[in-house]
Amino acid sequence: MKKFGGPALFLDRSDINTDEIIPAKYLTEITKEDLKPYLLEDLKLPGFDPKSERTYGAGAVVTRANFGCGSSREHAPWVFEVNGINVVIAQSFARIFRQNMFNCGMAAIELPPEKIDQLFSYAGAADAAIEVDVANSTLTIKGGGREESMQFEISPFDKALVLAGGWVDYADSKY
Amino acid sequence: MGMTTAQKIFAAHLVDEPFAGTKVLGIDVVMCHEITTPIAIADLMARGKDRVFDNTKIKAVIDHVTPSKDSKTATQAKMLRDWARRHDIKDFFDIGANGVCHALFPEKGFIRPGNTVIMGDSHTCTHGAFGAFAAGVGTTDLEVGILKGVCAFREPKTIRINLNGTLPKGVYAKDAILRVIGELTVNGATDRVIEFGGPIVDAMTMESRMTLCNMAIEAGGTSGICAPDRVTVEYLWPFISDSFASKEAAVAEYSKWVSDADAEYDKVIDLDLSDLTPLCTFGYKPDQVKSIDEMAGAPVDQVYLGSCTNGRLEDLRVAAQILKGKKIAPTVRGILSPATPQIYKDAVAEGLIQIFMDAGFCVTNPTCGACLGMSNGVLAEGEVCASTTNRNFMGRMGKGGMVHLLSPATAAASAIEGKLADPRKYL
Ligand code: SF4
Repeated sequence: MKKFGGPALFLDRSDINTDEIIPAKYLTEITKEDLKPYLLEDLKLPGFDPKSERTYGAGAVVTRANFGCGSSREHAPWVFEVNGINVVIAQSFARIFRQNMFNCGMAAIELPPEKIDQLFSYAGAADAAIEVDVANSTLTIKGGGREESMQFEISPFDKALVLAGGWVDYADSKY
Repeated sequence: MGMTTAQKIFAAHLVDEPFAGTKVLGIDVVMCHEITTPIAIADLMARGKDRVFDNTKIKAVIDHVTPSKDSKTATQAKMLRDWARRHDIKDFFDIGANGVCHALFPEKGFIRPGNTVIMGDSHTCTHGAFGAFAAGVGTTDLEVGILKGVCAFREPKTIRINLNGTLPKGVYAKDAILRVIGELTVNGATDRVIEFGGPIVDAMTMESRMTLCNMAIEAGGTSGICAPDRVTVEYLWPFISDSFASKEAAVAEYSKWVSDADAEYDKVIDLDLSDLTPLCTFGYKPDQVKSIDEMAGAPVDQVYLGSCTNGRLEDLRVAAQILKGKKIAPTVRGILSPATPQIYKDAVAEGLIQIFMDAGFCVTNPTCGACLGMSNGVLAEGEVCASTTNRNFMGRMGKGGMVHLLSPATAAASAIEGKLADPRKYL
């Protein structure tokens, strides 16, 4: 089973939009790999540096409400995918972004605000990392000598997409 | 219990329900443009599945950057063009015939009440103005749509918005939708359809209804929807006159898609807009809306009139009425991009283009261009644009640039004064 997660990147703001995840000027790239250097390039957050080790070494993103709002561009999940980030955990997502994540076989996990706060309590730890077990709907966060696990809810269809490796394979075998 | 328009369309298009709450729908219209489709094409080719489920149900256009501005955009256009030829997609629109997708496809009569519509573009919700379920999707959903003609959705709940009263002078559909988004906030309609009704919507043209539905996504909505009625039939008549004995017959047939009186809504919001003033966004989110009274005087470097929100003929008419015999401020760059070639031709015939040019506007070909900061009017760092488009994210029209969303009338008044301005004094 594919492993989900890795070093955690904390993006502490709601309504982070697809232009901030990958600016429109890079939509002219025609391979996913070409998007790699532009991850979160236009995102302005105190203490956040798109070019830092922490950004590029991340395997999971933790953020707030309405993540991925704006355009339908699947370049947003792709820029995560090609940089080794295959899970985004948020209080809520914009519908198209959320669907794009599952359609690519990646996980978009929604948690209530208190659990998101709990995850953010690890933001100060340089070694904060998250591991997600999609089949069992559990995630574990470690860092700064602490560790805890929590359950999450994911719709059976979304889980099936992740386990199938995405919507194209799923749909092609079924319809 | 009665059903909403969206529920009726879902029930009529259901192909599979693999899990409770997930509906796989048959899709009537799959629309494609050159930014999000080429990667789907490349992936289908790599999988050895370069096929289309039905070449009459696929519509394609090169619209985002056209004419191509560099070799990368030329390659994207070529990929779409070659694919359309390879699969004999008749409804493919290239240079000379191309315009902004969400203005062009309705104009061609492709969208009918009760249809399911998807496109790899978030503003696909526009087409709900015809009483259709129209949703923006990503490239993978688009790819499956092209290959299989299906798409999966969580069945959305419906938010009903009643626009009551009458719109005052100088206030338009754009002001109404900005008011609605201000009310709902940027994620107030996530996983919801926004159904627009009430006397103001009943009295609106199809163009104005498209402006409303276009921005449903800015509140997170899956689709905007307006009930199909006499106005819808009048608009579609050139395309459907062979199928119906009379317009009354068409209205009667399409009425089956109208929400039932006892339909259950997630929420019903009544807004009386009789006292609404022209509105304008002030921040980097489309729900950050203020009255033009508060915003007037804020500096502007560029005024942009166009896009799938407000680049239609009625928008050009309103702006031209204000600009007639006037000059735009010397400190401002005015750019007009009529949304389709037909709109452009009609605007020439009506003398509107002459008015814009005499006022000092640059008139470009139909394209998305500046709306998403790709070509034909990109902002420099720190510049401000008064724009009839739909999205004001930081950098949307160019890195470091700021966008104020407003109506074509407010855009025209702002061009004259070189700063945000109230259009009512020019009407
Ligand atoms: S005009 Fe703007 S919002 Fe409309 S489809 Fe083009 S880029 Fe998107």
